[in-house]
Amino acid sequence: MYGKGILKGLGVTLKRFINTYVDDIAWWGRRYFKPEGIAHRSSKDARGIFTIQYPEEKLPTPEEFRYVPFLVYDEAEGGEKAVRCTSCGICSKVCPPQCIWIVRTNDPKTGKPVPQPAEFYIDADICMNCGFCAEYCPFDAIKMDHDYEIASYERNVYNLDKLLKPASYYAGIRPENAAREDEARRIKEEAKAAKAAAAAK
Amino acid sequence: MATLTSPSGGTQTETLDLAAKFPGVVADERENYSGWIVEKDSLIEVATFLRDELSYDLLSSVTGVDYLPEEKMEVVYQVYKTTGGPGIFFKVQIPRIDPMEVPSVIEIWPGADFQEREIWDLYGIKFSGHPDLRRILTWEGFEGHPMRKDWQEAFYEEDTKPFKSRWPEGNHVHAETRTPYGANLKFPQKFDPEKWTPTDPEEALYASLKKATITDEEGLETDQIIVNMGPQHPSTHGVFRAVVVLDGETVTSLKPVMGYLHRNHEKIGERNTFLQNMPYTDRLDYFNSMTNNWGYALAVEKLMGIEVTERAEHIRVIMSELTRIQNHLIWIGMMLNDLGTYFTPALYAFEERELILDIFEIASGSRMMCNYYRFGGVVRDMPAEAFEKIKGLVYDRLPGKIAEFERLLTENEILVSRLKGIGYLSAEDAIATSMTGPMLRASGVPYDIRRADPYGIYDRFDFDVVTRPESDMYARYIVRVEEMRQSLRILEQAIKGIPEGPVLPGRPVYQVRVPAGEAYGRIEAPKGELGFYIISNGKPNPWRYHVRAPSFINLTALEKMCVGNKIADFVAILGAIDIVLGELDR
Repeated sequence: MYGKGILKGLGVTLKRFINTYVDDIAWWGRRYFKPEGIAHRSSKDARGIFTIQYPEEKLPTPEEFRYVPFLVYDEAEGGEKAVRCTSCGICSKVCPPQCIWIVRTNDPKTGKPVPQPAEFYIDADICMNCGFCAEYCPFDAIKMDHDYEIASYERNVYNLDKLLKPASYYAGIRPENAAREDEARRIKEEAKAAKAAAAAK
Repeated sequence: MATLTSPSGGTQTETLDLAAKFPGVVADERENYSGWIVEKDSLIEVATFLRDELSYDLLSSVTGVDYLPEEKMEVVYQVYKTTGGPGIFFKVQIPRIDPMEVPSVIEIWPGADFQEREIWDLYGIKFSGHPDLRRILTWEGFEGHPMRKDWQEAFYEEDTKPFKSRWPEGNHVHAETRTPYGANLKFPQKFDPEKWTPTDPEEALYASLKKATITDEEGLETDQIIVNMGPQHPSTHGVFRAVVVLDGETVTSLKPVMGYLHRNHEKIGERNTFLQNMPYTDRLDYFNSMTNNWGYALAVEKLMGIEVTERAEHIRVIMSELTRIQNHLIWIGMMLNDLGTYFTPALYAFEERELILDIFEIASGSRMMCNYYRFGGVVRDMPAEAFEKIKGLVYDRLPGKIAEFERLLTENEILVSRLKGIGYLSAEDAIATSMTGPMLRASGVPYDIRRADPYGIYDRFDFDVVTRPESDMYARYIVRVEEMRQSLRILEQAIKGIPEGPVLPGRPVYQVRVPAGEAYGRIEAPKGELGFYIISNGKPNPWRYHVRAPSFINLTALEKMCVGNKIADFVAILGAIDIVLGELDR
């Protein structure tokens, strides 16, 4: 019969249309603006409306989600910022669009380099969010952020002030990674201490 | 007698000695190079022999290489058999003195058409016998040939990255400050931009079209008209333009115009280090960054001679088959948009694609710019959450959804009448014009690189190469739907077989050591054969980085498919090729 294919197709759209209401009723009050509803709408059992009403609703960012990098500092005693970065320059070398600029600190007396950055710039307009800097940093000092709402009227050139964020923030957005790295660093430091103790004997 | 080692791995069964057969041919004996160096006077003879006697019927890629220190230019040809197996490289070397000229192989492999124009555009090598040798990616008033090693871009800093100004005294300067507006472009001598009108370079384009005045039986003269479709036409999937000659509503001649999104990806690639190119490949065909990554990783791994770990091989297969499914879904959605259904199928397709992109985001950190593959493996193991989601999609959701798409569309009379018999391209023409991927298979040629020249671990999986004999648009639709089913089959096997273990051999390094030589990595991307041709000279940056983009080369047959059809069908035929401008214009 001519037209059967069209009717069959219309059946699909009708079913989809009804499904929207079926799920709205089954998930009454929980489907929209609630984390469980959002999770359900992006699961394999999702039916009906699957769009997310941004900015009222937001998709949760997974742990590995990466956006413009930031620098991690540990909160030392007395509220001092212990910056992890040693200005070794690996991130600025590996950066594909070359958007990282680092000024190394030199000791004013001896002129030798000090493991701390004097200046650190990331041109966020050029950054392509590839994550190489975080991947190859040997000191866990530069990490990719989860904050993707950075639209602005000006050029986004981030300096040290803007880039530095506490280790607790990092642990908040990437709990698994932070725990793993802390553990690895602890083991490394213990081994170092043991070695130093052995050498002292 | 030189035994040919195939550029893609295995040794060739027939030992053939082109050097003994032809006087102008010698084996390429540079270290880690393969194939033959052909004198330019014997090129046509050798090429004809390869095609007619040895049935190397598919010209995969033609590209130029600038050997500046040796003062010579090289044109590299890669040919394969559509019956499968490894291919042959052959090269023509010419002294690096303008004007450079090489005979065109367009008569033997019409698929060389756009690729030779690209070499002329980017390297300034002329191809004698090419009927329409104009610039293709840059515009006619462009100064110089940008892929030459001594050509520098407006924002030029240094020949290779990393730039020395970034560390240890990196005081940030905006690129625009260094190269202010007005000083950021060069013009040819005697060229005055104030006096230039857009018609000048277009004349050559319009002259290349076949335009005729027809006199009908009653002596009435009818003129054909030229219509510019694009570059801002909604149906052209981006900034693509086609100049069409119309006789009434029927297309009589057509020329695609491209390069509006050209950023000289290959030049950027040659400034980058090997690793730095990986995220740039994401931006080629931005729907399929997972497969782009694989193609590039494959080429570099071949040159480095490293093994990919077992678990990583499985993850690669899983990710690229998911990519294929989401690409074909989007293709169906967008194709239907082109036909005028306006967004119902497109949104249905986007729903499934969202779920697949969620998996990519969990695993790689980004939905589209995945940057997930590394040389020897993948960046990090697939999280358990992603694996659960993949299982849910593959076993529970996608089979039903593909069936639903079929119920919605396959028998729909309107769709069938728009697709059946339209855009015919015979198998012979498809092979001759170097079509690959679903386009070639819809013309009845069972050519799939996963089968014909397996890479990764595809030789272990059980799947069918989907073909259809009809060679029309409907066949292209059916082939893609079936390919999604075959991808699901592969996914099921890969999920079952995935072992535990490391995903990278050894520690991750950011400065990989790539020995000098050449390598061509090619994969079956969702859009066709995606190839990366890499030449290393042992330094941290590739000397040559060439992308064989399926979107670009599949357009060679666009005119052939459109002539005789209505202008409304042109939109659909273009949609059926499945082009992405990021890859087309590079």
